[in-house]
Amino acid sequence: MNVLSVEGATKSFGSVHALSGVSLELRRGELLGLLGPNGAGKTTLVRALAGRVRLDRGTVRIQAARGRDALGVVPQEIAVYPLLTARENLEAFGSLQGVRGKELEERVAWALEWTGLGERGREPVRRFSGGMKRRLNIACGVLHRPEVVLLDEPTVGVDPQSRERIYTMLDGLRREGASLLLTTHHLEEAEARCERIVIMDHGKVVATGTVPEMVSQVEASGGKIEVIEIRRPSLHSVFLHLTGRELRE
Amino acid sequence: MIGTLLRIGFISLRRDRVAQAMTFILPIAFFSIFALVFGNQGRDAMSRVPVAVVDEDQSEISGKLAAALARDSALRVVVRARRAGARDTVRFAVDRARAQALVRDGDVPVAVILPQGFGSRFGVAPAEVEILTDPSDPIASQVVAGLLQRAMFRDLPSLMSVKATPVVGHKRANGLVAFYAAGIAVMFLLFSASSAGGSLLEEMESGTLERVLGTRVGMTGLLIGKWLFVTLMGMLQITVMFVWGMLVFKLDLLSHLPGFFVMTAITAASAAGFGLVFATACRTRAQLSSIATIVILCSSAVGGSMFPRFLMSEGMQKLGLVTFNAWALDGYIKVFWRDARIVELLPQIGMLIAFGTVFLITARLLARRWEAA
Repeated sequence: MNVLSVEGATKSFGSVHALSGVSLELRRGELLGLLGPNGAGKTTLVRALAGRVRLDRGTVRIQAARGRDALGVVPQEIAVYPLLTARENLEAFGSLQGVRGKELEERVAWALEWTGLGERGREPVRRFSGGMKRRLNIACGVLHRPEVVLLDEPTVGVDPQSRERIYTMLDGLRREGASLLLTTHHLEEAEARCERIVIMDHGKVVATGTVPEMVSQVEASGGKIEVIEIRRPSLHSVFLHLTGRELRE
Repeated sequence: MIGTLLRIGFISLRRDRVAQAMTFILPIAFFSIFALVFGNQGRDAMSRVPVAVVDEDQSEISGKLAAALARDSALRVVVRARRAGARDTVRFAVDRARAQALVRDGDVPVAVILPQGFGSRFGVAPAEVEILTDPSDPIASQVVAGLLQRAMFRDLPSLMSVKATPVVGHKRANGLVAFYAAGIAVMFLLFSASSAGGSLLEEMESGTLERVLGTRVGMTGLLIGKWLFVTLMGMLQITVMFVWGMLVFKLDLLSHLPGFFVMTAITAASAAGFGLVFATACRTRAQLSSIATIVILCSSAVGGSMFPRFLMSEGMQKLGLVTFNAWALDGYIKVFWRDARIVELLPQIGMLIAFGTVFLITARLLARRWEAA
């Protein structure tokens, strides 16, 4: 059953077509990887799902009783207040998301434990390492127990240990019933962690499915995967085959 | 929600020592410098004007007048001087020629000559006093002419008796200090408001603005929260400065508390709107700093924060009324100099509310660029 579905999402900024008829579904409890080169339209799609970009055409449906309140957003930037402590940031964002009183206290305590920041909870965030800030950034987006969490590159710029910790946190969210849509450039991680993958390029969805399904789709369409570094075609090679090798900056 | 935004603002201010210094210490330092220079701690507000006095008449009346000038606290009377070009320290009585030389050489800006026959003509026919002036200092000659007439009326009572009674400000201990407290406070309030409003730009760059707008707060709620924070911070800033003025410069704050509170609340609220306009209009913090600095300095100069408007030309005084500073300062001056009741502040309050309303509406319209694209 889908908790989130997008149909024909189209958005242009002037002459730039950021989204050109994107359709996808997020199933209940799944971790869906959204991949694509820089400028493919991933962040625009996430912002549209979060209600921060108004689509020119297309629809976004959230199948949850709480509507948009069921959505948790973790932006690509570390969007926390650097002069506030971790606890104060959690209290602030929890409160802004409508969590109050005892429930807020409980959720803040849970978030500090969940992120492993319990002992540093009273320190200003500006003293934190990149990995600690990233974990706090995620926690600030999920205090209100969202059913759908949109994570825009949550592991960018962090070391492997912090990345591992972040994925452990995300597994915890899924165990509690949340469905996650994750954008990332780490293809191996997406291959290893996500049940399904959506690959976008030039504002369009160019492939959807599990990794074996996508390899089969490419091979069935007569495509040839140019670089094969291991015996079994990897997501990495599928991705490069579909999106090309040229830089997008 | 608004309470949360206020809490974020005040915690950030509490932990930002640079912001604290810019908000509270710098204005106090500026105010103290102005108060020391112009307020003179209750003594004469201006330095004494040096004037050479030559009594060619040597009559009783001319002697009384010369003595009256010598007693005047606004004048430093020179009656003896060294010979022109002499290196010795011997001083001689100043005569007409020496007085001319003193003025020509810039040693004194004015010389007063009481010519022969002055005493005999006094009260009978026009008794002429000759004033030698240095055209490069026109104010000194006017000041001396005025003080000379005052000395005649006050110290030669056979002609006339004058009693001066102040009708306003008799309670004020240090009038210019009150003026500069208000002037500097309003100017720095605008700086603080634009800087604090600029936190919106930092939040946009860091992504917190996007995150906050994604919650239930919305743009209007966010702007109200920011406006309230900047208003409260501004009230605190002005209050700290006036309390400093009371403690250090004997500013009479306690007997003007109601008017002070009303003016401070309205001025801070309006200035907060001013800060939000710049924050929402500018694209970067650097752009905000540059534009706000130029606008605030010009507005403060014309509006009287740096130099009293009542000393400006009539045209400049009228021009000043287009600025926020002028109305705020007029309100404070009414409170501290004229002991005005709150109802008498209505023109200033009304204009400041109008300024604030226009600022807030403009800021809200400009902030639409941050809403869903």
